[in-house]
Amino acid sequence: MDAVLETRTLCKSFGALTVAQNIDFQLRPGDRHALIGPNGAGKTTFVNMLMGALRPSSGRILLGGEDVTRAPQAQRVKRGLGRTFQINTLFRNLPVLDNVALAVAERRGIAPRMWRAAGSYKEIKNESTELLATLGLADDLTTPVIDLPYGKQRLVEIAIALGQQPRVLLLDEPAAGVPSAETERILQLLEKLPSEIAILIIEHDMDLVFRFARRITVLVQGEVLVEGRPEEIARDRRVHDVYLGEQHHA
Amino acid sequence: MMHTGGYTVDSRIRWPEWLPWIAALAAFFLLPEYLSLGARILIYILFALSLDLILGYAGIITLGHSAFFGLGAYVAGILGAKVGVTEPFVQMVAAAAAAGLLGALTGAVILRTRALTLLMLTLAITSIILEIANKATWLTGGADGLSGVVVAPILGAFKFDLFGKTAFLYCLAVLFLGWFLARRLIYSPFGAMLTGIRENTQRMHAIGAPVYWRLVGVYTLSAVMAGVAGALLTQTNQFVGLNVLGFEPSGELLVMLILGGVGRLYGAFIGPVAYLVAQDLLAKQFPEYWYFGIGLLLVVVVLFARGGILGLIDKWMPFSKRAPSARASAR
Repeated sequence: MDAVLETRTLCKSFGALTVAQNIDFQLRPGDRHALIGPNGAGKTTFVNMLMGALRPSSGRILLGGEDVTRAPQAQRVKRGLGRTFQINTLFRNLPVLDNVALAVAERRGIAPRMWRAAGSYKEIKNESTELLATLGLADDLTTPVIDLPYGKQRLVEIAIALGQQPRVLLLDEPAAGVPSAETERILQLLEKLPSEIAILIIEHDMDLVFRFARRITVLVQGEVLVEGRPEEIARDRRVHDVYLGEQHHA
Repeated sequence: MMHTGGYTVDSRIRWPEWLPWIAALAAFFLLPEYLSLGARILIYILFALSLDLILGYAGIITLGHSAFFGLGAYVAGILGAKVGVTEPFVQMVAAAAAAGLLGALTGAVILRTRALTLLMLTLAITSIILEIANKATWLTGGADGLSGVVVAPILGAFKFDLFGKTAFLYCLAVLFLGWFLARRLIYSPFGAMLTGIRENTQRMHAIGAPVYWRLVGVYTLSAVMAGVAGALLTQTNQFVGLNVLGFEPSGELLVMLILGGVGRLYGAFIGPVAYLVAQDLLAKQFPEYWYFGIGLLLVVVVLFARGGILGLIDKWMPFSKRAPSARASAR
């Protein structure tokens, strides 16, 4: 099957600092792909370039076969790209339902409407409610996000992205800051996501990565060190060196 | 009582929302000697409402909202004094259109920036308009102001009288319309989306909202409303002075809205009443020091009532629901 998301020789540098170097990357429908690498490897930079939050220095990004290298974020989202954030990026003072409803309304083209009350758009409310119910947040619909425990906030982070019904979902450390006991809940949620979505996950929790991903790319200093199936990555000496090296320094 | 809009709230008009209108009508009958102050308050409420749309809901910080108010005032004034267009509705529509155009054009440029840069740019724009009004004496009367603005009777029947009865009711009717439309907007999906931008712009980008265009949109709508308020001021005074432009009226408006409560719809009602009544009383008692009283009021509100006067009422009144979301308007 054709790649739904692809980068060709993607580069990014800030002055003399190169944070992405000739990254060739492909994601196909239904992929469960993990991007790992030590701190500062350029993982989040890569995601930001894919989303259009950051402009690459050179190289191309293709979404559904079309060049979106210079397209604004809104246009990429319309073509099915969604993301979550490493640090909670939520509408903190708004109820949980509204957090998702904003995304749903945007996708359905309702968001610019100025006349009817938002609450009267039953289809938005129902879809958001159902989505939140599948994530186990049915009891928190009217709770402001700020009043939720952190673990649940991480779920809302994912719920908003799901409200966009993306074809490609970029998960930037979905389990960041979540105590290991609760990581299981996030993993279960990820495993239940519709199989046709192509997912790229950035994660430090190796347990989660090796259980979830069917392919892994290792990024080191902005370059792809190796890409392969989890068992191949687990055996790879260079990967061991990178991670052991990091631990030695730490 | 918060008016944050969104998908979980009931948008029906609740009984306390009729109170301002009842109060205004009561004032009309009970305080006939204060009708010109009353009209001024109504005008500033409309002006504050327009600021609340962009500041309270969309989170656009500005010190230049007087640009639209002033432009509206001058357009209506020039039409009435120089061009010979005396029909009040035509003057108002022209003022609204001019202010809207200025809002769209300047918004398209400055809304690419944020925070302090944005603040400075808004201030620059109103200062530029002020300077133009100051220099174009042949058109605006410059520092002497533009007098002799002719305004025909409203609907051809109601002349602006000396006691300000017509002016008061006219302003009240226009404010009612402005309130109705602003309220619709706040409770609509567009309003919810604006709140989203205020709460987290980065996330709005990530869910695919064309944030910049939406901001230009609401900025234009707000400019139209401010322009209408400016036209009302000219029409009720039959005079325009330079004091409708520049930093001072913008800052004054901001103080009014903060006093009343930002992002609460009715903060825009309470703020101008508190400010202008306090100004009126203090100016009579202490003609030289009245600003001291206003300053004190502002300090107290900022220190002890971050949600403004309405925030305090919210805390103590039984009809205030969803108190937690009161934090929404703190920024």
